[in-house]
Amino acid sequence: MHTPNTRRARLVTGALMALTLTMTAAACGGDSEGASEDGKIKLTVATFNEFGYEELIEEYNAMQDEVVVEQKKAGTANEHQDNLYTKLAAGSGLSDIEAIEVDWLAALMEESDAFVDLSDPEVEGRWLDWKTEAATTEDGALIGYGTDIGPEGICYRADLFEKAGMPTDREEVAKLFTSWDDYFQAGRDFVKKVPDVAWYDASGATAQAMINQVEYSFEDQDNTVIAADNPEVKEVFDTVTSLADEGLSTRLVQWSEDWTATFQNDGFATMACPGWMLGVIEGNAEGVEGWDIANAFPGGAGLWGGSYLTVPVQGEHPEEAQALAEWLTAPEQQIKAFEAKGTFPSQNDALADPVLLESTNAFFNDAPTGQILAERAEAIEFIPHKGPKFADINTAFQQAIQRVDEGKESADEAWQSFLADVERLG
Amino acid sequence: MTLDSPAVKPVGDGGDPVGATTSPAGARPSLRRRRPSPWRRRLSRWDTRLSPYLYISPFFVLFLLVGMFPLGYTAWVSVHQWGLLSGQGDFIGLDNYARVIEDRYFWNALRNTVSIFVLSSVPQVVIALVLAALLDTQLRGRTLWRMSVLIPFVVAPAAVALIFGNVFGDRYGLVNEGLQAIGLDPIRWHVDTLASHVAIASMVNWRWTGYNALIFLAAMQAVPRELYESACLDGAGRVRQFLSITLPMIRPTLLFVIITSTIGGLQIFAEPRLFDTQGLGGSDRQYQTLTMYLWELGWRVRDLGMASAVAWLLFLIIIVFALVNLVVSRRVGALGGRR
Repeated sequence: MHTPNTRRARLVTGALMALTLTMTAAACGGDSEGASEDGKIKLTVATFNEFGYEELIEEYNAMQDEVVVEQKKAGTANEHQDNLYTKLAAGSGLSDIEAIEVDWLAALMEESDAFVDLSDPEVEGRWLDWKTEAATTEDGALIGYGTDIGPEGICYRADLFEKAGMPTDREEVAKLFTSWDDYFQAGRDFVKKVPDVAWYDASGATAQAMINQVEYSFEDQDNTVIAADNPEVKEVFDTVTSLADEGLSTRLVQWSEDWTATFQNDGFATMACPGWMLGVIEGNAEGVEGWDIANAFPGGAGLWGGSYLTVPVQGEHPEEAQALAEWLTAPEQQIKAFEAKGTFPSQNDALADPVLLESTNAFFNDAPTGQILAERAEAIEFIPHKGPKFADINTAFQQAIQRVDEGKESADEAWQSFLADVERLG
Repeated sequence: MTLDSPAVKPVGDGGDPVGATTSPAGARPSLRRRRPSPWRRRLSRWDTRLSPYLYISPFFVLFLLVGMFPLGYTAWVSVHQWGLLSGQGDFIGLDNYARVIEDRYFWNALRNTVSIFVLSSVPQVVIALVLAALLDTQLRGRTLWRMSVLIPFVVAPAAVALIFGNVFGDRYGLVNEGLQAIGLDPIRWHVDTLASHVAIASMVNWRWTGYNALIFLAAMQAVPRELYESACLDGAGRVRQFLSITLPMIRPTLLFVIITSTIGGLQIFAEPRLFDTQGLGGSDRQYQTLTMYLWELGWRVRDLGMASAVAWLLFLIIIVFALVNLVVSRRVGALGGRR
């Protein structure tokens, strides 16, 4: 008879044997990534939503023999962000070029070692100054090449304006939207005349637009959290929550099913409108007539969204990837992407391009959208500081406003719980 | 560890079935000597003893790699400061656990998880049982009915969430428009806590009830028909037969389904996550579940240390729930059997 001990020892031996077998089999399965069959270098470009790169990549593949480029598209920005963070953390698995959204930039700047320094005399002065500055570290390393930006105008329903006895011509309407006070006053007048329709699409979106005009909103220069004591933040909160009581807001959450459905139900008359939003409105409001865009934004100018292309250091071919990123973000290419998907360029030369300036949008009453958005971009004087905690605090801020909208908390209670959330985020 | 039991031993001493498979077929007759050498005998004995372990080892090796290792690694991460991007920091003992337990959103998430779990698992098992009992009868086109209860299971959870998101829309949803058509007040499915839990539970139920019903059906078909016949002769009605024969006879399956739906129910993620566009489970986190809370900590707050602590707490909570369920359903089953 065997003692239990020897039996256990054999069990372990057996298990080890099997483990070795499995490992050997797994090791044999590895393939050489990064090189395709005909000896060309394989590069991948990971983007989200619509960058308008499909035809550009075909063009790039056709014009040279050294690399083959493949695009990986994620359906949503969130999905792309989760993938990016996970693989950055793991240290492998990222594409040779990774697109990033401006809202994550601050958090990623803290990990700037993970990205190739893309600064190059060739591309100096290619982009709007603030676009490049935001992606430049203190040591002068540039971690991303700018793609698009999101200058905002105000989109409005001319037919509903007419119903309220307001001007409908986009030049006349623009005069109503010079300051937030004017904009809200026009809203009060509007809801008096047309009580079933709200003035803007969501309290959160309006609050976001206002916060984006505060240079230091939730964090100061040193990224110390100041959200709780910043009077400008409290003012935005008080303004937006009181306006909801006056009937100016739909009280819906942006991007929710109800918000999408409200485009078909005459739910609201105006909304903040970056270039990429034009396509969203056209899709959601299919068959609705009367949309137009005014060349104005309350408080001067506003930005919403915009992206960069980065080259993670974990890739095998950083030089080739950088060359590709440089080509993709050149003004000529960005204009083609704009024509394909409406992504508004961040490159100086592209902003002056006649293709951009002469483009019109039939759905928005043939408005010269290229010209309008280019002027909205020029009006931007600074971009707000967004530190590593910005996105988290902003989420808490938006949720507090939503709780008031939904009647779950009074404005005071919601502000108190927002303060508790900020405290929790540390 | 019953390898020494007599049931196994004779096979090994005979050396035939297992030994034959490892030696070339042509050599077999020459092996039939009267007295095998001691070395051969030992080999054959080892063969008999070890091979079963070797055969089942792939599962356990894989389990070690993809089950035990992550479990251990998660425990390791949970006692460190660990940023998603910045990686491993200092060892901080149980601080992450303390921070999680002090966080009011943890308890909020636990409440939501239990509430959605109860609202989904209980009706799910009951409806699945009834459905299985109905499918177990002499229906016309039985296969069609049986297959069709599985259709919801084939649909991807994300698609289910999208469809139900529209059905349960607060303002323009199908359900509310129906309610308003018959003169009732609309329900704020995304705002009110209980309503949102009901909406999410109904997504889960829609997906899993048919699947569980099929498992119950398989168990019911294994119940000997003679039992029903004799019960019939004794004058037992349908309901009595179901309670006194079917339920006690399928008790092991019942336990299996209850345990698996406990595990699944407490880990619910996709449905509540997609019910909210922001991903935090409503403005007041009124339907943020524990897995969503874990995801928020790991990928939004980017604190993997705290997220790992939540993962371990969830693991322990699931064990407790599974044990409680096991004991309770055994009791109930035993009572049913005695009746």
